[in-house]
Amino acid sequence: MASTQSEILAVTGNEAVAEAMGQIDPDVVCAYPITPQTEVVQLYAQMVADGKVGTEFVTVESEHSAMSAVIGSAAGGARTMTATSSQGFALMWEVLFVAASYRLPVVMTTVNRALSGPINIHCDHSDTMGGRDTGWIQLYGENHQEAYDNCIQAIRIAEHLDVRLPVMHMYDGYVISGAIGPLQMLTKEQVQTFIGPYRPTNPMLDAKNPVTVGPFDGLHGWYFEHKVAQNRAMDRSFKVIQDVADEYAELSGRKYGLLDPYRLDDAEIAIVVVGSTAGTTRMTVDKLRARGVKAGMVRVRAFRPFPHEEYARALEHVKVVGVMDRADSFGAQGGPVFLEVRSALYDCDPRPQVLPFIYGLGGRDIFPDNIEQAFAELENAAQSTKRASTERRYLNLRKD
Amino acid sequence: MTVDKKAGAKKPAPLKKPAARKAPAKKKPTWDISDVDQWGPERHELGATIVEAGNSVYNETGGWRSLVPEIDVEKCDGCMLCYFYCPDASILVEDNKAVGIDLEHCKGCGICARECPTKAIVMLIDKKD
Repeated sequence: MASTQSEILAVTGNEAVAEAMGQIDPDVVCAYPITPQTEVVQLYAQMVADGKVGTEFVTVESEHSAMSAVIGSAAGGARTMTATSSQGFALMWEVLFVAASYRLPVVMTTVNRALSGPINIHCDHSDTMGGRDTGWIQLYGENHQEAYDNCIQAIRIAEHLDVRLPVMHMYDGYVISGAIGPLQMLTKEQVQTFIGPYRPTNPMLDAKNPVTVGPFDGLHGWYFEHKVAQNRAMDRSFKVIQDVADEYAELSGRKYGLLDPYRLDDAEIAIVVVGSTAGTTRMTVDKLRARGVKAGMVRVRAFRPFPHEEYARALEHVKVVGVMDRADSFGAQGGPVFLEVRSALYDCDPRPQVLPFIYGLGGRDIFPDNIEQAFAELENAAQSTKRASTERRYLNLRKD
Repeated sequence: MTVDKKAGAKKPAPLKKPAARKAPAKKKPTWDISDVDQWGPERHELGATIVEAGNSVYNETGGWRSLVPEIDVEKCDGCMLCYFYCPDASILVEDNKAVGIDLEHCKGCGICARECPTKAIVMLIDKKD
């Protein structure tokens, strides 16, 4: 029986995540306090100042330092969290790999916003899509509730002994982070019981068992073996992500998976989408279904690891799949999600057509009409005897 | 740092060669990495952590040295600066005097020669066999 508090709160996405962090009450939070940082850290600093949490709160002079401090804290043996966004994420870049390769179960909130230039502060997924090969687990949330839920689940996933990898969880800048939406919270006791105590592996502050963290690997060392070990942990995390979601569903009544399919069972055309646009897409699917169009949708939740087998199973019967990317991979055949989905469906027989759509860069609005237009393209391709071109389709782009 | 390439030739009396001696024997390693060359991905510690502190005692770490310090024991006044400055704890001491270098671990950085107030230590090109 779900034991969620019945009260529904009206909060911003950032408030939802700050509340989740407050209930997790980590040992240490290291963060850069100024823009492009979001209110998550500001709200959390207030909780620290008010004595609502026992966290050691460390402010630093850049996001590079923030992630470095996070690594030091986590290597010391503390449950450590941070948050960032956009350029801040970009500045963390080189240290993100270090956190993952030291196998530190850090949890980071990243609010998805565009990267410069031109200078732009609005929502798109360029920041974290660029960080998809840093070795972090990536969970993309759809709305306020999932931002809160993912933050709590991320702790369990990261700290699971089969995984021990850092986890970043994302939600859309402004659309979710700054806009108000509904949230049902667990109690702090429920969250504490769910996450349990943290037991670090080989912590540096265990003075009786001194260790060296981050040694030079030698001139002909074991870097290759360690990278393979990291990837095996990624493989094992599929099951852990699902198990943690299932356990969380018992507690909260809210179900999550590696991916989030919608009306897909008999679908002939389907859209794959990340983040808040899934809500608009779901509505469009319903509208098309009412007209007799067999439309469906998959929302991406886990992007790293990417559950390619699940995507193949979910989409193998679909004739044409449109993948909507809110980030581009310049010079590649399409956006990052497109490349993954197309690769996942390669072994299907017959092989669905997969078409790339780019939308919403720099916070460009995405309207129901734009998504209907995308579905119309998929319908045309499904009815045509020829395979459609795989050139990028741009939604809501000003025409030349 | 001054490198005197012909230190031996210039000086009338050749330096008294200190015998390189091994670091004091520690207890046996508790973390057995004797077959580490064969270790696949699963055998390693999480995140490449070294779980036995100070295990360099069991391994030669100074093999890539290009310069080697030589101590003139007669000039040593026992100030111990070299001992405290050495980043690799490679100065061997007897009766409060520097008597030799632990060549298993000395990287040839030259800090000892630089700091020595009586210039009892000089850096020479390390001639590999």
